[in-house]
Amino acid sequence: MTKARITRIAGAIAEAQPLGDAALYELVEVGERGLLGEVIRLRGDVATIQVFEETSGLALEEPVRRTGSSLMTQLGPGLLGSILDGVGRPLQGLAGQSGNFLAAGMTMPTLDPKARWSFSPTAKPGMVVRGGDVLGVIEERPDMMHRILVPPGIEGRLEDIRGGELTISDSIGALEDGTALSLSHTWPIRERRPMARRLPGDRPFITGQRVFDLLFPVVEGGSVAVPGGFGTGKTVIEQSLAKYAKADVMVYIGCGERGNEMAEVLHDFSRLTDPLTGRPIMDRTILIVNTSNMPVAARDASVYLGMTIAEYYRDMGYHVAILADSLSRWAEALREIAARLQEMPGEEGYPTYLANRMSRLYERAGRVESEGEPSRTGAVTFITAISPPGGDFAEPVTQAALRVVGALWALDPRLAHQRQFPAVDWDTSYSLYAETTTEWFGKEGGEDWPKLRTETIRLLQRDRELREIAGLVGVEALEDSDRLVLEGARIAREFLIGQNAFHPHDAFSSVFKTYHLARLLWALMSTGTAALGEGVAFDKLDLAAVRVAFGAVKTASPETLEQRIADAGQRISEMRGE
Amino acid sequence: MTRIDVPIARTYAGAASAAGPLIFVHSTKRAKLGEWVYIETEGQEDRRGQVIDVGTEVTVIQIFEDTLGLKPATSKITLTGETATTIAGRDLLGRALSGTGAPLDGLPPPIGEARLPIWGAPINPVRRHHPSDFIETGVSAIDGMNTVVRGQKLPVFSGPGLPGVELAADIVENARPTRGEPFAVVFAAIGITERETQSFVSRFRESEVMERTVLFLNQAADPTIERLLTPRVALTTAEHLAFTHGVHVLVVMADITHYAEALREVAAAREEIPGRRGYPGYMYTDLAGLFERAGVLKDSPGSVTQLPVVTLPDDDITHPIPDLTGYITEGQIVLSRELHQRAIYPPVDVLPSLSRLMNAGIGEDHTVGEHREWADQLYAIYARGREAKLMAAIVGREGLTPGDRRALDFIDEFEKSFIHQGRSRRGLEDTIRIGWSLLETLPRDELTRISDESWEARRRSASGKEGS
Repeated sequence: MTKARITRIAGAIAEAQPLGDAALYELVEVGERGLLGEVIRLRGDVATIQVFEETSGLALEEPVRRTGSSLMTQLGPGLLGSILDGVGRPLQGLAGQSGNFLAAGMTMPTLDPKARWSFSPTAKPGMVVRGGDVLGVIEERPDMMHRILVPPGIEGRLEDIRGGELTISDSIGALEDGTALSLSHTWPIRERRPMARRLPGDRPFITGQRVFDLLFPVVEGGSVAVPGGFGTGKTVIEQSLAKYAKADVMVYIGCGERGNEMAEVLHDFSRLTDPLTGRPIMDRTILIVNTSNMPVAARDASVYLGMTIAEYYRDMGYHVAILADSLSRWAEALREIAARLQEMPGEEGYPTYLANRMSRLYERAGRVESEGEPSRTGAVTFITAISPPGGDFAEPVTQAALRVVGALWALDPRLAHQRQFPAVDWDTSYSLYAETTTEWFGKEGGEDWPKLRTETIRLLQRDRELREIAGLVGVEALEDSDRLVLEGARIAREFLIGQNAFHPHDAFSSVFKTYHLARLLWALMSTGTAALGEGVAFDKLDLAAVRVAFGAVKTASPETLEQRIADAGQRISEMRGE
Repeated sequence: MTRIDVPIARTYAGAASAAGPLIFVHSTKRAKLGEWVYIETEGQEDRRGQVIDVGTEVTVIQIFEDTLGLKPATSKITLTGETATTIAGRDLLGRALSGTGAPLDGLPPPIGEARLPIWGAPINPVRRHHPSDFIETGVSAIDGMNTVVRGQKLPVFSGPGLPGVELAADIVENARPTRGEPFAVVFAAIGITERETQSFVSRFRESEVMERTVLFLNQAADPTIERLLTPRVALTTAEHLAFTHGVHVLVVMADITHYAEALREVAAAREEIPGRRGYPGYMYTDLAGLFERAGVLKDSPGSVTQLPVVTLPDDDITHPIPDLTGYITEGQIVLSRELHQRAIYPPVDVLPSLSRLMNAGIGEDHTVGEHREWADQLYAIYARGREAKLMAAIVGREGLTPGDRRALDFIDEFEKSFIHQGRSRRGLEDTIRIGWSLLETLPRDELTRISDESWEARRRSASGKEGS
């Protein structure tokens, strides 16, 4: 058989011949340095390959080798706390090989082959097992049980199983038909992992951000689009969620974004602890990093890699949140590759299959009952930042996302300019999960939660109408009741839905704090309205003291929170003066 | 695995065709992507080019010089086997070089310490140090409101006729290395006019600033496609100074708009499918290849900080060039035509301006403890004042609330005494002091961003100074 050789190179795309017997999406090694690539088109015996590494310096006639499988990732203990590039190589390990700068053509397994894990089997020899059944557990991180499952698609009688201090490639036993079992297996990243069935989401994903938990909640297993122009705070939101939101495992995908931002993530995450468990954040986090100057095809892979790892932990019965920043860069990678292939462009030059690819990706999120015994439910929540050009949402990526997501957190540059953070535009944002989470919030937050939510939204809407009028006639010309609405809405914007991501006690808001701030706002409005009704002039209300009290609740530490809430309640009841 | 890396030059007689800055050569042997090419045409100076698309049948070469008079059929085309490199070294300091590194100052070519590929490899994100060292630029609107840190890339968004390059020059002149650490400036002129170049260069030629400056000058009259090389040559030099010699390097690139236009020209000549406004779909990735070369490394003393200047076509911030730039850089300094017309210098509009890395570079350990609150407060009142100004245009000053009226008065004072500083350097201490004196004209209960601790501390230090 003649060896395949490179016949064309343009940007991240290479062509090689003869490779007619290759499969679509088969992984190949390109050139003498063995750059990783993937077959994305076959025409006669010419294969078109997208190369996941820098192609500069690659020459015609260099060899191309098939690997026989598609792009796979290793799944097993040791993923938590790791920092991977778009194709799953640990970046620390790569730094050991090539120093401060990344070189092309390096290989490095995702999981540490030397690490030993203490494996305790729970399955017994003689049992009939099939894909998804729990074979045993490893304490991957303190209090984090990594369940070793029978890989999907395998079935048979367990002949032998053993525990002990094992590496990921050591045998932990075998089936009667000779199938060997170990602590790890591989999975093609572009394929979704099987499940028993999908379940409706009903538990909210607690983000710790009041504007989301109160106004635009998302369920565990839900998906959210977070579009916003530059400077609207997408990245701060993604990072705040990764740090403080409530999930068993967090997968953070830095896709085509800034290197310094990733350095900040690495710096912050290695120092922070989870507010709920007190454990280091990195114990529950997997970072996938493909900065904007790293090869563009690996950007495409990075999102699938993150999704596959998330599904893997989901299958163990965990709630996993994926924070992808930004899906636009992923879509642009598709566009760049499509343009190189001279495919017929769709809208804005994106390939015509963009919407299709996106919906398939978003549909991998969800709450599911896992395959196998004992039965487990897990969820993958998918929060995606989107960077619309010029901040205009009428563009293909935002629009394709909106067709499939359950919530839109729209970021508005005008709010960002007013330093209203998170700069979530409450008029355009929505959540289809608000109804389904009402029950949970009513039980865990407070029974009047749904009422507080509607009242807050109504206040903000009324505020916008009034400000338009005030813009014409001046605030002084408004009725006292309207001025109370303006002032109440200002307090709502500043202290209820506004949140300081850099304040130690404000960056994360418990359901308790969110509830009480909303409740105080409602108390303020009803007390104020009553006072005005009894003839007290608006100017006589002591709102300055109330504002200070709201500020104190907002930034209260957990120890002082209840006292601050009581103080604020006191201020509100006294605001009409003597 | 054997590697065949020894560069072997191959010469071909004649190209099949030419279009704009591109020539197309048939049946090249082992052509490499990115390979450096020389094109000889009789009776003309040699031209340089680079392989941008290789194929067994046709190889596409992008030519950096003007192609006027090029005869493709009779040219001798030499593929060198090497990718583009440049000389880097400390002896480049004090020199004025062309956009590709040839001497322009009448001195012999620099010898240098290393020949480095200009395309640069991406920094491994885990080897990046999180930028947090404050750089004092001497500009209040930046130091106070949009603090720059080492390793940051912070563009100046200028408009046609606005003093973007001048502001960059002020910063170059005034930026002070803290703790006396080695400091250098690399200036890449990308298609800017002779006038702009002079306004930049003449200020340094005679001063000591020149000793720590390298100039790479591709001016408006120079070959367009060379503009794609100039920033990369400059950044390669900067990286060498920073990461081999531990120097803190500030790279000024003016003007990125010209760079993007050169990119578009090549894309059009290749008959690529155009993206927004004709710019290629990969412009984000391409620009990121420049801007992401800013940074600080762990266990390495130097840094590369970038100050690109971007001219906003028609003052439109949503134009693809500033838009994509803003998505890559860590904030932006936006100049305002309105302030410029009112002779406020520098005409920085603080509302759309932003430094994303500010938080890491300010506070007790870097600047002053209350910096964040202080800046937020100034910003909040200024924003309120600007809104009040719009409203006052409709309802008149009398229709405003007393708070809005105060904010309205505040913006004038803020622009005149804080933003406006002329060409003079203003230290951080003065910046903070002026800011406080503006805030103190307002009632305490309107200063909601200022905590009681900071307020009391300020009171104490102010009265302490009066008492002494």
